Amino acid sequence: MTTTPNGNGATSEIEVPDELANSVVITSIAKLLDPIYNWSRRNSLWPLGFGLACCAIEMICTAASRFDISRFGMEVFRASPRQADLMIVSGTVTKKMAPIIVRLYNQMAEPRYVLSMGACASGGGPFKEGYNVVDGIDKFLPVDVYVPGCPPTPQALVNGLIAMQEKIDQQSIATAPWYRKSDPGADLLPVPLLGPDLVDVRQLDLIRKEAAAANERIEAEAAAVEASA
Amino acid sequence: MSDTILEAPATGDQPVVFDNPVDEVTAALKERFTEFVADDTRPGYGGLVVSADKIVEVAEALRDDLGFNYLSSVTGVDLIEEDKMEVVYHAYSIDKGGDAMVLKVQVDRDNPVVPSLTPTYPGADFQEREAWDLLGIRFEGHPDLRRILTWDGFHGHPLRKDWKEPFFEEEAKPFGSRWPAGEVFRAEEKNVYGKNVQYPEGWAPSGAEYEAETDSYAGITYSRESTPGLKTEKVTVNMGPQHPSTHGVFRMALTLDGETIVGLKPVMGYLHRNHEKIGERNTFIQNIPYTDRLDYISSMSNNLGYVLGVEKLMEAEVPERAEWIRILMAELTRISNHLWALGFLLNDMGALQTPMIYYYIERELILDLFEATAGSRMMCNYMRFGGVAYDLPDQVRDQPVMDFLHDLVYDRLPRVLHQGDELVTGNEIVRARGIGYGYLSAEDAIAFSAAGPLLRASGVPYDVRRANPYSYYEHLDFDVAVRYNGDIYDRYLIRIDEMQQSLRILEQVLPHLKATEGASIIGSKPQYALRMPNAGEAYGRVENPKGELGYYMTAKRRSANPERYHVRAPSFINLTALEKMCMGHKVADVVAILGSIDIVLGEVDR
Amino acid sequence: MYGLGVLKGMAVTMKHFVATYMDDIHWLSRGGRYYNDNALQVRQSTKGKGVVTVFYPEEKLPVPERFRFVPFLVTDELEAGQQWGHDWCTSCGICAKVCPPQCIWIERGKQPNGRPKPEPEKFFIDIDICMNCGLCAEFCPFDAIKMDHDYELASYDRTTAHIHDKERLSKPISYWRSIAPKRADAELAAREFTQLSKSKKKSRGRDAGDEPEQEERIEAAKLRQLQYQGVLY
Repeated sequence: MTTTPNGNGATSEIEVPDELANSVVITSIAKLLDPIYNWSRRNSLWPLGFGLACCAIEMICTAASRFDISRFGMEVFRASPRQADLMIVSGTVTKKMAPIIVRLYNQMAEPRYVLSMGACASGGGPFKEGYNVVDGIDKFLPVDVYVPGCPPTPQALVNGLIAMQEKIDQQSIATAPWYRKSDPGADLLPVPLLGPDLVDVRQLDLIRKEAAAANERIEAEAAAVEASA
Repeated sequence: MSDTILEAPATGDQPVVFDNPVDEVTAALKERFTEFVADDTRPGYGGLVVSADKIVEVAEALRDDLGFNYLSSVTGVDLIEEDKMEVVYHAYSIDKGGDAMVLKVQVDRDNPVVPSLTPTYPGADFQEREAWDLLGIRFEGHPDLRRILTWDGFHGHPLRKDWKEPFFEEEAKPFGSRWPAGEVFRAEEKNVYGKNVQYPEGWAPSGAEYEAETDSYAGITYSRESTPGLKTEKVTVNMGPQHPSTHGVFRMALTLDGETIVGLKPVMGYLHRNHEKIGERNTFIQNIPYTDRLDYISSMSNNLGYVLGVEKLMEAEVPERAEWIRILMAELTRISNHLWALGFLLNDMGALQTPMIYYYIERELILDLFEATAGSRMMCNYMRFGGVAYDLPDQVRDQPVMDFLHDLVYDRLPRVLHQGDELVTGNEIVRARGIGYGYLSAEDAIAFSAAGPLLRASGVPYDVRRANPYSYYEHLDFDVAVRYNGDIYDRYLIRIDEMQQSLRILEQVLPHLKATEGASIIGSKPQYALRMPNAGEAYGRVENPKGELGYYMTAKRRSANPERYHVRAPSFINLTALEKMCMGHKVADVVAILGSIDIVLGEVDR
Repeated sequence: MYGLGVLKGMAVTMKHFVATYMDDIHWLSRGGRYYNDNALQVRQSTKGKGVVTVFYPEEKLPVPERFRFVPFLVTDELEAGQQWGHDWCTSCGICAKVCPPQCIWIERGKQPNGRPKPEPEKFFIDIDICMNCGLCAEFCPFDAIKMDHDYELASYDRTTAHIHDKERLSKPISYWRSIAPKRADAELAAREFTQLSKSKKKSRGRDAGDEPEQEERIEAAKLRQLQYQGVLY
């Protein structure tokens, strides 16, 4: 009795007679295609040509003479998100920039990957305490690989890219995000808004609740002042 | 054509350094505006306090009659204890060189209104907008007083001392929560929203009223005027912040008539990392690694400017070897920056990547030296008050350090300059796209407070290393590179000239390094918690590869943190002239013109 | 002639193209141009010719001794059965105080009687905040915190992997010696020197003549300290 996942993610149970157990491999088309599919994707990850801050300089150095990421098929920095597979968030994400990054991510075609390069992109970095800095791009985007360092050296970035390739190797054609055929707007991530501060639209309810609580407190304080007067 | 480059660069009249032209001018101003100017009498402070309504007149007198025609920096200061807002102006004399004439205007903190100097000195434009944005000082008469680093609709003026950011912990570092009972926490956990945000009390969004798109276009309207003759409509086109040739997250809103630029508004702040707010909370030494991240291509020079400022404040002595090492690092940084800048400029002009990749081979060698000396390729954190952090290493890669430097200075760097010269200087496309484009006249360059190669390519021989020498530059023999046409091609050439002058300086520095081997590299043992011995203000400035980088800081006596910490960023102020340079050119030229200014967004937005 | 500039530029590119093949031939009998440590060193130095590419991960560019990435804590050598060695850290808090982005949290150890113990109870570094500036290592008076050379830290999850606790941070002194032998030696010499001068002060007067050997050692240590001035305080 062997259990194996089939292409749809469900498990199918096929009985194999004992005498054939050594000569039969149960697989699915998806499983056969996975290595080919993953191989082609991992070796032609086209990054979005998009530098944010200091880390971008190291990213460019990685693409330049000495470290040369064309060895991994990644030298094709695309200016348009439509043609890119990989977003290297290379540097500090500010609140003013966050909506644009999310919009760029939404415009990238699937399958798409995000690599967060450096301390700032991962968690705000040394500028975390600042008023205009987003404490980690993963608050808005699903990040696949984090590369720590401030800034990561080119070799550290290449190490992160290899980790990304390893991650892609684990993917299955059946479950990997695919060009969505359903409602085109359904999977778009909500773009944060710029209000008095950065507004994450997924948090609107929380913000209103907090505002109501604050208003109540103000009113209560005012009432207390009046009462004491 | 290439032969002209290899000759010694054309040099203009060198500015003569007077003993101190500032004293003369101070006396003249006092005589002329007797009732309206007064000495700044706070201990450690200098300059003149001018009454607000006379500042424009004083500035005009300075510019027209007294020769201080270059307004370098405008700084807003929040004097919360005196309940005042102060604006500090640093003006220089292009012809005479020397120190800054410092003017100050103090106004009421609750309603700070200062007459704008933008009509007198157009270079004050962005700086006044910055002071409005971050400190809420209103400049009357400013043509376009909008927020510049944050966005329209941002709540409050963050650099005011009583403004607290979402992850606020304490007024000054080190924070008490770290030791002796440091229980690790993420700042997010302490914020109800779980993010680095806060909202005005009682603010409740409906969710629909904020359209980020329209917000970012505020102030730029789609115009329907038509030009006479041909019937065309003007169109506003957005360029950036995600654009392959804006050198980072810079954005321009172009108004076009066909392909021709008729209006250009730079939009910045996409990399505004609150350098100054964080800097005012940091202790003095903690600011050094932050300055690395200003102009992240030339971190060594950034360090140098900052420590010079602090050394002025604390009156520290620097040993000889440390000075030579500082010059070595600063000049290597200049070369590395210019190699970078030229690679990108040529990239923008169509020489896609080939020159860039060749230049970077040598740039990597310079970075190797930085890595071996300071520990990091880019973020060097190398200078200390009164010296440098480490002596030169024994070895770089497999070579002894002096051999490495010798090879670099006498072989590799001259070779890459020569090779780059052969590769592109005579190239017809580069010449066709460079000559005559992005013209900036000498008068405009001074008026717009342009600095560095941008200023000198327009024929103004002003270099802080000569005009107001710091470190050992006055003992060194080099020319101030000048070009006179003020176009893209001249800005390309002047960077090559400057690199050649830097090599000349390096050739003079190497014997000194050899001679001082083993000598002390730091005046006194650096303290981790430096207490400033004197109160007062200081302005440290250096000739960064991109232009004059200045640090204005004030401190109280025995304080560990600067009171006010402001950076005069050359990239930021150079951008003021961008619109002027782009007018009348085509869209494709804008990227080349921007490339020829050589901006770094870390410094533009800070 | 029009087009001469372009042709000149092409010649430069051609030179680069040929140089690599010439270098290939040069290294043919010397173990090959690639995947060869000697060749890598030469290729990356000022003597390099032709293409400079480093074939990471097959060949890694060696990092200098002073290279700094995230910090780690130095401990004594592990003894048999020990999970980790004795900390050098005395929880004096200087690193936490000097850290520019304030990414170090230290809980000071307590003795049973409630008095502070010179040992950290807990030690955290959030490497998502750390700016690799090296000030902690520079100002540590006990050589107990050092900057690591391991830059291969890419991870798939930051919430679990990016706050380093004491277990994750602690590495034995032999590790530091292996990544930065010269500095470790100099630091050892300096420590010995201070110890000696301390004991000398104590014993001064009691035995007047120090042995010449000891004097020499002090001199040598002094010299080394001078050499690394700025590294050691």
